[in-house]
Amino acid sequence: MTLQVTRRQFFKLGAAGMATSSMAMMGFAPDAAQASIRHFKLTGAKITRNICTYCSVGCGMLLYSRGDGSINSTDDIYHVEGDPDHPVSRGSLCPKGAGVLDFIKSESRLSHPEVREPGSSEWKRISWDDALDRIARHMKDDRDANFETHDENGNLVNRWLSTGFLAASATTNETAYLTHKIVRNLGILSFDNQARV
Amino acid sequence: MAGLAPTYGRGAMTNHWVDISNANLVLSMGGNSAEAHPVGFRWVMEAKEKNNAKLISIDPRYTRTGAVADYEVNIRTGTDIVFLGGLINFLLETDQIQHEYVRAYTDVSLIVKEEFGFHDGLFTGYNPDENTYDKSSWSYEFDDQGYVKRDDTLQHPRCVYQLMRQHYSRYTIDMVENVCGIPSQNVQEVWNMIAETAVPDKTMTILYALGWTQHSIGAQIIRTGAMVQLLLGNTGLPGGGVNALRGHSNIQGLTDLGLLSNLLPGYMRLPSAEEQDYQGYIKKRAKQPLLPGEVSYWKFYERFHVSLMKAWYGDAAQADNNWCYDWLPKLTEPLYDVIYTFERMHKGKLTGYFCQGFNPLASFPDKNKTSEALAKLKYLVVMDPLAVETAEFWKNYGELNDVDSSQIQTEVFRLPTTCFAEDDGSIVNSARWLQWHWKAAPPPGEARPDVSIMAGLLHRLQRMYREEGGAFPDPILNLTWQYSNPEDPGAEELAMEYNGRALTDIYDSNRNIRRRKGELLDDFGMLQADGSTSCGCWIYAGAWTEDGNQMARRDNADPFGIGMTLGWAWAWPMNRRILYNRAAARPDGTPWGPEKRLVWWNGHRWVGADIPDFPDASPPSAGVGPFIMNQEGVGHFFGGSMMMEGPFPEHYEPFESPIVGNPLHPNNPQAVNNPAARVFPDDRARFGTAKEFPYAATTYRLTEHFHFWTTHAKLNSIMQPQKFVEIGESLANELGIKEGNKVRVSSKRGYIEAVAVVTKRIKPLQITGQTVHQVGIPIHWGFKGVAKHGFLTNTLTPAVGDANTQTPEFKSFLVNVEKI
Ligand code: SF4
Repeated sequence: MTLQVTRRQFFKLGAAGMATSSMAMMGFAPDAAQASIRHFKLTGAKITRNICTYCSVGCGMLLYSRGDGSINSTDDIYHVEGDPDHPVSRGSLCPKGAGVLDFIKSESRLSHPEVREPGSSEWKRISWDDALDRIARHMKDDRDANFETHDENGNLVNRWLSTGFLAASATTNETAYLTHKIVRNLGILSFDNQARV
Repeated sequence: MAGLAPTYGRGAMTNHWVDISNANLVLSMGGNSAEAHPVGFRWVMEAKEKNNAKLISIDPRYTRTGAVADYEVNIRTGTDIVFLGGLINFLLETDQIQHEYVRAYTDVSLIVKEEFGFHDGLFTGYNPDENTYDKSSWSYEFDDQGYVKRDDTLQHPRCVYQLMRQHYSRYTIDMVENVCGIPSQNVQEVWNMIAETAVPDKTMTILYALGWTQHSIGAQIIRTGAMVQLLLGNTGLPGGGVNALRGHSNIQGLTDLGLLSNLLPGYMRLPSAEEQDYQGYIKKRAKQPLLPGEVSYWKFYERFHVSLMKAWYGDAAQADNNWCYDWLPKLTEPLYDVIYTFERMHKGKLTGYFCQGFNPLASFPDKNKTSEALAKLKYLVVMDPLAVETAEFWKNYGELNDVDSSQIQTEVFRLPTTCFAEDDGSIVNSARWLQWHWKAAPPPGEARPDVSIMAGLLHRLQRMYREEGGAFPDPILNLTWQYSNPEDPGAEELAMEYNGRALTDIYDSNRNIRRRKGELLDDFGMLQADGSTSCGCWIYAGAWTEDGNQMARRDNADPFGIGMTLGWAWAWPMNRRILYNRAAARPDGTPWGPEKRLVWWNGHRWVGADIPDFPDASPPSAGVGPFIMNQEGVGHFFGGSMMMEGPFPEHYEPFESPIVGNPLHPNNPQAVNNPAARVFPDDRARFGTAKEFPYAATTYRLTEHFHFWTTHAKLNSIMQPQKFVEIGESLANELGIKEGNKVRVSSKRGYIEAVAVVTKRIKPLQITGQTVHQVGIPIHWGFKGVAKHGFLTNTLTPAVGDANTQTPEFKSFLVNVEKI
C-alpha cells in the first residue's frame, strides 16, 4: 500500500486531499509560506509506510520516494521521517532510525551476485543462474553424500548435518516462514538466528 | 526468553512499550534501554512524569539509563542472581510480598518430591562426568488422580514456599555486597524501593536485554527476575511484568516462527531421535492439567502440529502416515546451536554453510576460531544487502583480518538481497506486535528478495532430485507451493498460509458451520487435529483473517487512556497486549486497584481494556489460574525439570571470573561455574585466568550504531567514527593510560587495539576483599564499511554459552589492557 501524501493533518482536506500533491495542498493549508521549503522538497513524493529495521521498538517510518511507478522511472527514496500516528514512536526516530537512508543507500550495498573461487583473493561477478546452479549442485552433492536416514541406534532420523543455515532477524515473517519451510525440509538441524547470540 | 517460559509459560515480553508508562517503579537491569532502545525508553520517562515513577538502573557501568535514573548502582558483571536472590530472601523474611496474589496465582503451596534436594551448590542428580543432571527428583508429589499435592497453609516443609525460603536464605545482604560489589547500604535502599510495589495497586516493571541473556547463567538470571515479579504480584498487571527488550527488529518473529535448531513454528519442538512413535511425540507435548480444571493450553498440541503439517505437505500429510511424522529431522543433541555447529565446522565436519543477513565472523564468540572454521568449508553462501565481514573472511585486511587467501579453499558466494525498504511484509516488535510494512523502492542492481533466492534453490534441487534421484527427496518434492508466482512467492500469500485456513467445511459442537472450505481462520481456537485445517504458525492465527490483514491496521485509539491501542497492528496471541492479564484482577474478578484496571469479570464474561488472556466465560468462582500455558495454571517459583541447572536459580561465576572460586560454595570446585554448561575441550583450553588477564570485561552497544550494519552508513559513522574501549580512571592511572591513547586489549583468544576513553563511568568494585576493575568494549566496527575500520570485538570473547540456550557469555570475560 503506497499513498500519495498521507500526512495526518491533510486528511482533514477530505477525499480530495488523498489524490493531490503536497504542492497543491500548500494553497489550502494555513501557514503555507513558512512550511513551503519543506513542502517543496517533498513535492510529488510517494510516501510508503514502513517500520524501522534496526531495533525491536519497531518505530513507524515514512519513506519518501520519487518516481511514479511507470516503466521508465525508478522509485528513489530520498527522505525518511517518523510516523506521527504510531502509538509507540509518535513520530520520533532515534539517531539510528533517523539515519536509515544512509543504510538503504550505503555504498556497501551489493548489487550483483559474485563468487570467490577457492584460493583466490578476488571476487568475480556471475549471473544469478550460474550462482544458484552452482550452489544447488553443492547442496545436492553434500546432501546425497552425508544425509543420515538412521542414527547409530537404528532410529529413523532423516537429517542433514553437514550443511548449516543462519537466518536473519531483520527479515520479514513471511521470508522467515518460507525459509523455515525449505531449510527444515532439507533435513537441516544446524539452523539458528540472532535470538540466541 | 528461556527464563520466562519456565516461569510464566511463554518466552516473550509480558507487557509492551507504551504500557511501561503505567509503572510506578522501573527496574532497568541487564540492559541499557536509553542507549539501545531510545524511542521505547521515552515511555520510561513518561512513567516518571505521569506517575511520578522512580527509575532504578543497575549496570556494570554508569550508562545513559543510569544518567536519568533516580537510583543508580554499579554491579559486577554476571552476578545478578546474587542481587535478585538476596532480594527474594529480603522480601520473604520481611514478609513484603503480595499475599493474595502469591497464594492464588503461584505454586507456593505445591509439594515437591522427597528425593529433591540441594547440597553445596548442586541439586540432586548431578553427573559430574557429563556435566548434566538426572532431573527425576525435580518434580512434585502427586495424588492418586495424578494431580499435584498441595498444602495451602504453606507449612509443609517441602512446599515450594518453604523450599524457596530455605534456598535463598544463603543470599544475605553481606553476600550481595561481597559478590556484586555494591555497598550494603545501597543494596538496602534499592530493595526498600522495590518492596514498596508489593502492595496490590502498585507495580514495578523490569526492563532487561542482552545484559541478562549473554551469560553462562543467563536464562536463570531472567528467571530470578520473573520470580521477583511473582512475589510482588506485578505480572499480568499494567505497568508490571518482565520486559525482554529484544535486539533486532524481528528477532521475536524469527523465534516465534521457530528458526532455531530444535523448534518448529509456534514454539513446537522437533522430536528427538528416540521419539520414533508419533503418538508418543504428541502425548509428551500435549501437556495435561496438573491441577483440576486448569487450562494448560498446550493440551491442544496435536491441533497445532497437524495443521502445520497440512500447511507444509498438503494432501501428502494424512492420518495414516501420521501426518508425515517420519519426514521431520530428529535430534540427538538438545540443540544444534552455533557454538556446537562452529565446533563441528572447526573439526572439518561441515561442508556448507548459509548466512542469510547474518555476520557470524563479527557476531560469534572467538573470531579467530570462527575464521578457521569457515576456512574448512567447501562452500559458503552469504545472502545480505551489505558487503559484510563474513563474506570476506578469506581476504587479508592486515592486522584486522590476517589471513592468507591462497591457503583458503572455501568457495564463497555473495548474493545481494533487498533490505526492509524494498519489500512488503510484517515484523514483530519486542511487544509481540506484528506490524506490516510496504515496499518503497526497488533494490539496487540485481539484488533479489530472500524468498526468491530460496525459491530458486528449492526449484533447482527439486529438478535434480526428479532427474537424478538421491537421498530422501520426499519432503522436498512434496512441499506445498501454491503461490501465484512460484519463483517469487508474495508476502500476502505467505501471511495467509501461516495464519491458516479451513481445508474442508468445519463445524462447532452444535453442528453450526464455523468456516467454509478455503476460508481463512479467525484464531487458533478453530484449529483441528483431523487434517481439516492448515496453519503454518498457530500463534499467528488471526493475523490475516477473512476481514483482511490485521497486521496493517492503523487505528491508534486508546479508549481507556492507558496506552492500549488494540486497533493498531496485531499482537500474538489473539491480539492480547499484556500476557497473563487475568492476574490483573483479584481472584474474585475485580481489579487490584482503580489505577490497575485492565480486564475484569462483569458478571458474565471477562471484559476490559485488553483482550483477556483467559477463557472469557470462565467465572472467578471456577478458580481457574491465570497462567494458562502452565500445567498448574499458576506461575512457577519451582521450575521443575524445565531448566538445565536446577529448579531454583543459583549463582555460579562466569567461566572467566576475576575472583577465585564461587563465594557461595567456596569448598566445592564443581559449583564454581554453571555445572550444567556444555564446554568443548578446545574452547576450555582457550579460557584465561585472572592471573594473566586480570580485568573483567563486558561488551555493549551504542545508540548511534546497530551491530555491524551502521558502520556502513555515513551518518552513523560520522557520529561514532572509531573503535574505542572504556577504562575507568583509576585503572587508567595505574596503567599510565591517558584519554585518547591507543591501547591493546587482549584475552586468551586474541587481541584488539582501540582508542582509550578514560571515564568516570566505570568504577573499581570491591569483591570479596579484592579490587576488581571492569573494562567496557563496544561491539561495533569491523574491517568493512565506511566508518574507520577496526578490530572485531568478538576476537576477545569466549565460546561458552548458557546451559539452556547456548547464548554466548559475551557480557563477562577476562582481559588484559596495555598501552601501546
Ligand atoms: S528508530 Fe531507533 S528506537 Fe526506533 S526502532 Fe529504530 S533503532 Fe529502534
